[in-house]
Amino acid sequence: MSDVVEVRGLRKVYPMGDDEVVALGGVDLAIARGEFIAVMGPSGSGKSTFMQIVGMLDRATSGTYLFEGNDVAKFSDDERADVRSRRLGFVFQSYNLLPRTSALENVELPMVYAGLPSEKRRDIALAKMDIVGIKALADHMPNQMSGGQQQRIAIARSLVNDPALILADEPTGALDTKTSRDVMRLFSDLNAHRNITIMLVTHEPDVAAFAKRIVTFRDGHILSDVPNLERAA
Amino acid sequence: MNLRATLRLAVQALVRNKVRSLLTMLGIVIGVAAVIITVAIGAGARVSVQQSIASLGSNLIVVQPGSVTQGGVRTGFGGASTLTPQDGPAVAQLPGVAAVSPIVSVHSQVVAGGNNWQTQITGVAPTYTYIKAWPLASGRFLSESDVASIAKVAVLGQTVVSQLFPNGSSPIGKTIIIKGSPFTVIGTLTAMGQSGMGQDQDDVVLIPYSSAMERLTGLTTVNLLLISATTAAQVNPVQTEVTALLARRHRIVPPQPYDFQVRNLQAFAQAASSTGTVMELLLAGVAAVSLLVGGIGIMNIMMVSVTERTREIGLRMAVGARARTILNQFLTESIVLSTIGGAIGVIVGLLGTVLVAQLAKWPTLIPPGWIFASVGFSAMVGIFFGYYPAQKAAHLSPIEALRFE
Ligand SMILES: Nc1ncnc2c1ncn2[C@@H]1O[C@H](COP(=O)(O)OP(=O)(O)OP(=O)(O)O)[C@@H](O)[C@H]1O
Ligand SMILES: [Mg+2]
Repeated sequence: MSDVVEVRGLRKVYPMGDDEVVALGGVDLAIARGEFIAVMGPSGSGKSTFMQIVGMLDRATSGTYLFEGNDVAKFSDDERADVRSRRLGFVFQSYNLLPRTSALENVELPMVYAGLPSEKRRDIALAKMDIVGIKALADHMPNQMSGGQQQRIAIARSLVNDPALILADEPTGALDTKTSRDVMRLFSDLNAHRNITIMLVTHEPDVAAFAKRIVTFRDGHILSDVPNLERAA
Repeated sequence: MNLRATLRLAVQALVRNKVRSLLTMLGIVIGVAAVIITVAIGAGARVSVQQSIASLGSNLIVVQPGSVTQGGVRTGFGGASTLTPQDGPAVAQLPGVAAVSPIVSVHSQVVAGGNNWQTQITGVAPTYTYIKAWPLASGRFLSESDVASIAKVAVLGQTVVSQLFPNGSSPIGKTIIIKGSPFTVIGTLTAMGQSGMGQDQDDVVLIPYSSAMERLTGLTTVNLLLISATTAAQVNPVQTEVTALLARRHRIVPPQPYDFQVRNLQAFAQAASSTGTVMELLLAGVAAVSLLVGGIGIMNIMMVSVTERTREIGLRMAVGARARTILNQFLTESIVLSTIGGAIGVIVGLLGTVLVAQLAKWPTLIPPGWIFASVGFSAMVGIFFGYYPAQKAAHLSPIEALRFE
C-alpha cells in the first residue's frame, strides 16, 4: 500500500518585488498510514507553508507530491477541492468555526460539500462529536463555548469524512497548558485507537511529545526527522 | 452540490444577518413597488382616456373658432367668436353628416331651493344625446320646439342632481335658478363618470343653445359645433366638406387664415395617447432608476459581505467547497435577496395602487404580466449585481482568506 503522502524535492518560492523568499528549499518526506508526526522548528522555517502544500490549499513551485499515490500537480483546482472535502481534515490554531452557526452545523460542513444527504450528515456529525466528547454541545453556538470546546468541534469537523490525513497547524497555540494537554490526548487517542494519520505543527516540546515522530524544519529544509522513542512502539 | 443545498446555505447566511438582509431588500422593494404603482397609474390613465374617447363616439368632428389677430396679438384657437348657430343647419345639410349640435358653455352658480352649486351650463341642440351616445335617466330631453321657443328648460347631469337635490327627491318639474332666470327641470342624464382628462362629465346642466345665448352669454356666436359623421369612413370626407363650407360661409379668401378649426377625435385620441405614452415612459424610467439603485445597494452589501466573510470563505474552501460552489452560494444569496425583495415589492405595489385608486380617485390598472415581469426583473438585478461580488469571493485564495483578519 502506498504512503499517504510522499514529497520529493519540494520547493516553494514567494516572489517579493525583485527579490524572492525561499520558504521551502527542497523537502523530502514520506508519511505512512497511521503515523502521528509533530513538525517543529523556528518561526519562518516553512512549517505552515509545508502544511498548506500538503493540504492542497497551495501549490508547490517545483518538486513532486504524491497523495495516496496520485500526482497532485496534475489535479485541477476542483479535484483538489474534492480531495480536501473527502480525504483531508484541517484543524487551525484559531478554530475557524462559522459564527452564529450551531456546533452540529459546523461539524456537518465538509459533508455538505461532499454532497451527503442531511440525515446522514447529522448521524455522522453526532457520532464524531461523541468521539471527541462534545455531543452535548450540538446546539450551542461557537461564542457560547470555551477555546478547548471550540477546538474539539473543529477536530470533530476534521473527522467527519474519515480522512486519510489530519493536518493541524498549531492546534494548541491558543489554549492553556491543561486544555492543550487534553486536546493532545484526544489526538493521541484518535491516532492510537482509530488509526488516524495526523501531522501537526507545534512550537512546544510538551505538545510534540505526544507524537510518534518529530520532524524539525530550519530555513526551508528538514533539519532532523526522528522517532519519539517514548511513543513510537 | 445540488440546488436545494445551495439555496439552504444562502437562506441560512441571510437569516444570520436579518437586519442587513432586510435593509438590502428594501431597495428592491421600493424599486419594484414604484414600477408597479407607476405602471398601474399610467395604464389606468391610458385605458380611461381610450374609453372616454370611445364613449364620445369615434365619428365625432369638432369645429372650434380660430384665432384672431388684434393689434398684432393673436389669440389661440377658440379666441375668435366666429361660429354662429346658423352654421349648424348648414353643416347638417352636407352628405355624410348624421347630426350637428352647437355648443355654448358657461360656468355659473345654480340654485335650487336651499342648495346651490357651481357647475357647467352647456347649451346644446336636441341631437346632443345622440351625438354623445348619452342616454337619459329620467324625464325627456330638449326638443326642437324648446330651442325654437328659447324655453327655460334644463336637463341635469347626475352630479348636479345629487348636489341640488340631496334628499333623493325627483328633480323633474322642479325649478332651478341660473343667473337669475328660473329653468324647469325636464330630465336627468345617466351617469357618465370621469372624462379622460379626469373631469367629472356628470357635473353639467344642459339647456337649449338658444336659451344659453339669449339668457346667459348674450352673444350671437357659439363655442363649438359638434358633428357626428354617419360612419367612421365618412369622418375625413366630412371634415374636408365642413372646412370648405365654413370657409365659404365665413367669406374667407385663400391667403387669409381660416377663422375656425376642424378636428376629429382620432386626432384627439392620438394626441392623448401619445402624451400618455410619454408620461408612462417617463414614469417607468424613474421607477427603473430606483430599481437600479436597489440593485447597486445589493452589490454594495454583497461586497461588504464578501470582505466580512473572507475567513468563512477560506474555511469553506479548505473543507472542500469548489470555486464554483462559492460563486453559486453568493450569487444565490443575492438572487434570493432580490427575488424576495421583488415579491414583497409587488405586494407593496399592489397595496399602494389600491391606496392611490382610493385616495386620489385615479383610475388604475395592473397588467398581470407586469407582476411576473417585476419579480423576474428583480431576480435578474440580483444576478447582474450579485455576479461581481460572487466572482470576487470565488477567486479568493484559500490560504490568504484563512489568514485574513
Ligand atoms: N504569502 C507569502 N508571501 C511571501 N512570503 C511568504 C508568504 N507566506 C510565507 N512567506 C515566507 O515564507 C517563510 C516561511 O513561512 P511559514 O509561514 O511557512 O513559516 P512558519 O514556519 O509557519 O513560521 P511560524 O512558526 O511563525 O508560523 C517565511 O519567511 C515567510 O515570510
Ligand atoms: Mg506557521
